[in-house]
Amino acid sequence: MIAQAIRLTARKSRELLGIRLSYRTQRYVFIYLVLAFPLLYFLGTRLLPILYAFNVSVREWDLLSQEKPYVGFANFTALFEDEVFRKSIVNTLIYVAVGVPGQLAVGLAVALLLHNVRRFRGLFRTIYFIPYVTSAVAVSWVFRWILMRNGWLNETLLGLGLEPQLFLQSPRQAIYLVILTIIWQSIGFQMLVFLTGLEGVPRMYYDAAAIDGAGPWRRFRHVTLPLLNPVIVFSVVIGAISYLQTFGQVLSMTNGEPLNSTRTIVLHVYALAFQRFQMGSAAAATVILFVMILALTLLQFKLVRRKVEY
Amino acid sequence: MSTQIAAPRVPARGSPSGSRLGSLASYVVLTLGTLVVIFPFLWMIATSFKLPQDLYSLRLIPATATFGNYAEIFEKAPFFSWIGNTVLLALITVTTVIVFDTMVGYVLAKFSFVGKSVIFLLIISTLMVPTEMLIIPWYLIATELGWSDTYWGVLFPGIITAFGIFLMRQFMESLPSELLDAARIDGLNEWGIMARIAIPLVKPAIAALTILTFISSWNQFTWPLIVLQTEERFTIPVGILYFSSELKDSASWILIMTGATVSILPLIALFLVFQKQIIRGIALSGMK
Repeated sequence: MIAQAIRLTARKSRELLGIRLSYRTQRYVFIYLVLAFPLLYFLGTRLLPILYAFNVSVREWDLLSQEKPYVGFANFTALFEDEVFRKSIVNTLIYVAVGVPGQLAVGLAVALLLHNVRRFRGLFRTIYFIPYVTSAVAVSWVFRWILMRNGWLNETLLGLGLEPQLFLQSPRQAIYLVILTIIWQSIGFQMLVFLTGLEGVPRMYYDAAAIDGAGPWRRFRHVTLPLLNPVIVFSVVIGAISYLQTFGQVLSMTNGEPLNSTRTIVLHVYALAFQRFQMGSAAAATVILFVMILALTLLQFKLVRRKVEY
Repeated sequence: MSTQIAAPRVPARGSPSGSRLGSLASYVVLTLGTLVVIFPFLWMIATSFKLPQDLYSLRLIPATATFGNYAEIFEKAPFFSWIGNTVLLALITVTTVIVFDTMVGYVLAKFSFVGKSVIFLLIISTLMVPTEMLIIPWYLIATELGWSDTYWGVLFPGIITAFGIFLMRQFMESLPSELLDAARIDGLNEWGIMARIAIPLVKPAIAALTILTFISSWNQFTWPLIVLQTEERFTIPVGILYFSSELKDSASWILIMTGATVSILPLIALFLVFQKQIIRGIALSGMK
């Protein structure tokens, strides 16, 4: 009915270059004109480069020579035989395995606490969010300064009668400290995500559970957690994809040291490409990373299917 | 307190998990948490005002404070250029993102057409392929096309963002279609409808996207690091890394912290001013 009305009225406005267009045509012209450039853009800057990367990964490609011969999977096998690369895969998985639950726990905890209080909510929310809008590089240097051998943290530990720690100089501790820095920066965002989720839980579920005699802890486990499931899945998957690509913080805080204990896949890619100029190997490493991310995203779709409904 | 039989121990308003004591504990923990969150920034700022002899002092407020460090970093490194570059690039990015993401979001929200789901899928999939993966091909392509070490080289990956498209689409979906149809009946063409009716109605979303994009562009690190070669052309995060890595002795940490402060404070200030829009933008985008 509306469509009919539109067709019948004001034909003048639907002229293009003097040619009168039907309503439907004008609509399609508009839609495709608007979408044309963005689509081309995405194809050119997202899709094409991936194919290009696949191409580079199966060639011996360094920036200095003209020849870029096809070498099949040689780059890939070389990578897997490289001890340092294998270590960076393991490290990267540690980043994910520790970082994702870590930031989830902290974000959820803060969100729960905030949900629990009535006053100053806005103030707390603002303060907790500040680290998220700051530059990761700058933040990394600040933490590096705090964690120095005679930096603030060690001096405070000494003052408390405890042993000063090696922190970023220790092959065992360093990676966890980098992860801690990343978690610290993400608290605000995680908190916001979970706050939004918490606010979506209808009060009547809590009331019903309370009437049934459930205390706070059981209410949390059996009402809050299941209903937060989609939010948790969202946080986990986005977080995992993000941790898989850790780069800036590692570069600033430790550059992969000590003894490659903090090295990540992307850091290795960066070294291969821009310090050793081995583009082929670097591209191969990004392909491996891509496969890991793809696997994770598909896992998300599977997980979300198992939605919990009450 | 009245004596009621089998009354649920959930208060009529406020927190779902009850007790007064619980609330108090929450306040305490939250306040302690803010200290943890704020302290690194305070320490960074404090250090930036220190004199070299106070390097290892643990006081939050230095015995003698000086602005000299700030003057010094502007002499030692092209911080003015870095700030200028960062701001310029951020402004350009914000403009292109707002223009394109809003239009695409509008079309995706308010129209149905052949190929819509395919296009939608394409845009979703770009979210799955994040920057760190694309830097190698981008670098190779950019170098070949002569974009290396240029503003355009830094800009081109960020002109249109899938995130922004989603944000605008979410917001636009709640626009009443009847309004748009009424305009169509009145004879306004599609461009006019979008520009004069739809877009003014989504100003809050545009504000949110503007701020978020500005902040994100300012903090961009990996790609600018790779594409920029000349020191004067660096953006602030790249400059900070470069500046901090060059300094060798312990007293330089004061300068490093000063540099860090210069790169962080503007954004904190921006955030404090626009926090409502920023938080709303993120909350909006979280609803998938």
